Amino acid sequence: MSVAEAITRVHREEWARVVAALTRRFGDLDTAEDAAAEAFATAVERWPRDGVPPNPGAWLTTTATRKAIDRLRRESSRDRKHQEAQVLLDDEPAEPPGVIDDDRLRLVFTCCHPALAPDARIALTLRMVGGLTVPEIARAFLVQEATMGQRITRAKAKIRAAHIPYRVPTADDLPARLDGVLTVLFLVFNEGYLATGAGTDPVRADLSGEAIRLTRLVRELVDDDRVGRGEVTGLLALMLLTEARRPARVSATGELVTLDEQDRGAWDRDLIDEGRRLVRERLAAVAAGGPSPGRYQLLAAINAVHTDARGVRDTDWAQVVALYDRLVRLDPSPVVALNRAVAVAELDGPEVALALVDRLPLDAYHAFHATRAGLLRRLGRGREAREAYDRAIDLAGNTGEVAYLTRRRGQLGEPAAE
Amino acid sequence: MPKYLLSVYGPTERNQFGDYPDKESMLQAFADTGAFNDKLVAEGYFVFADGLEQATTATVVDGQGDEPVYTDGPYLEAKEHLGGFWVIEAPDLDVALRLAAEGSKACRGKVEVRPFHTEQSIKAMLDA
Repeated sequence: MSVAEAITRVHREEWARVVAALTRRFGDLDTAEDAAAEAFATAVERWPRDGVPPNPGAWLTTTATRKAIDRLRRESSRDRKHQEAQVLLDDEPAEPPGVIDDDRLRLVFTCCHPALAPDARIALTLRMVGGLTVPEIARAFLVQEATMGQRITRAKAKIRAAHIPYRVPTADDLPARLDGVLTVLFLVFNEGYLATGAGTDPVRADLSGEAIRLTRLVRELVDDDRVGRGEVTGLLALMLLTEARRPARVSATGELVTLDEQDRGAWDRDLIDEGRRLVRERLAAVAAGGPSPGRYQLLAAINAVHTDARGVRDTDWAQVVALYDRLVRLDPSPVVALNRAVAVAELDGPEVALALVDRLPLDAYHAFHATRAGLLRRLGRGREAREAYDRAIDLAGNTGEVAYLTRRRGQLGEPAAE
Repeated sequence: MPKYLLSVYGPTERNQFGDYPDKESMLQAFADTGAFNDKLVAEGYFVFADGLEQATTATVVDGQGDEPVYTDGPYLEAKEHLGGFWVIEAPDLDVALRLAAEGSKACRGKVEVRPFHTEQSIKAMLDA
């Protein structure tokens, strides 16, 4: 491995640890972030000359700590901060092992605090825990760099001014707060996954990988079923099983390929195997009397049914619908009902499904019209299908999806011929 | 310890029962809010709390010129105005948010939680 590769790898593996350790020590995200960035810059400068140190994480944390103390001294040599820095430098004992992992979890909970705007939670998590740079995050979310910088700065200022704590929430709050963390990770994943298409910025696609990595980290840190490890595992499995289909999801011409038309041989077997292993782990835990599955475990199970099948006809649709029934009980939103109806179409036919779909208040949602269009097409109601495709194309934002819908609409033939 | 302002907003002009639909709910909200205040005192969070007369009774004073200028009504034109508030001391935002949720339930209104300056934040301003 070259030194450059080593630095990239260490950055990925150690960034959160360094930021987390420094945040706890200095009580300030800004100080921690700046010092961590400086320490990595120093590594880039020195490691090619001096070689990679035997324990790169410890080297970085020590270097970053020195940088932070230097900075605090420089900034306020005349006042009390100087003395504080002195105390920190002289008296702080070495980190006992194990505590540092806790620090990373604290960092995750602070970045995903419900008092921050959802956009800010995502940006802050990617910056502080994921180690992405502000320009990278800005590109991934298609906003101006200055806007993203401001979003992160404002969030950090609120954390400081409002005294958002740097700790793992108490047992009472933990399940709800962990759910908030998973929401952030899932949003990051979807941002990367749905962005797939011709001309998509690679950073955007990398978001899925980043979300998987962070979810793995959270799963490592949350090791108790009672506080929601099951849902963390469920989310990880869901991401892996979804990501596994990425190679088959877009055609060579950049068109979205739906599940029924995907080349299942192109799916990533390793990801599927790992995802299914996790789903089985959860099934066993639930069977052994563990907490009943939440939405991510159910969604993962649904995806496992799909990846078990050789094709659409071999899919156990009764099982998929049964899982959606459970999901609807947890989350009676119309979007879940729409997805359930898609499965019902395979089990009970398009007419039954269309009756379910038509009841849903989702007129502004492209997938609603795309689903209706598909069902109407199967029922031979060409004119109505065309109208539904028109609406879906108008509303769809993803270029691959627009291409797919446009081709499908074209296959309906000329309206005059009907 | 950090201090927080917990503000409750309500309509500019109130009916005869304050912001409440009838007398019974007004009395219940008063009783619940009183119990919440007692709890704040007992647990050491309480700094100050009170309700305000309706916003139409406010006067804005501009004393920056030679003679003060008086204007009838609240500073901002809005449908809703500050109706009452708590000042609490809490170790961090999680505790402040939890207390605000209890206060919100007691007084039947949304509560805005806003931190006060601290010695440290003033110092940061002075050092900047």
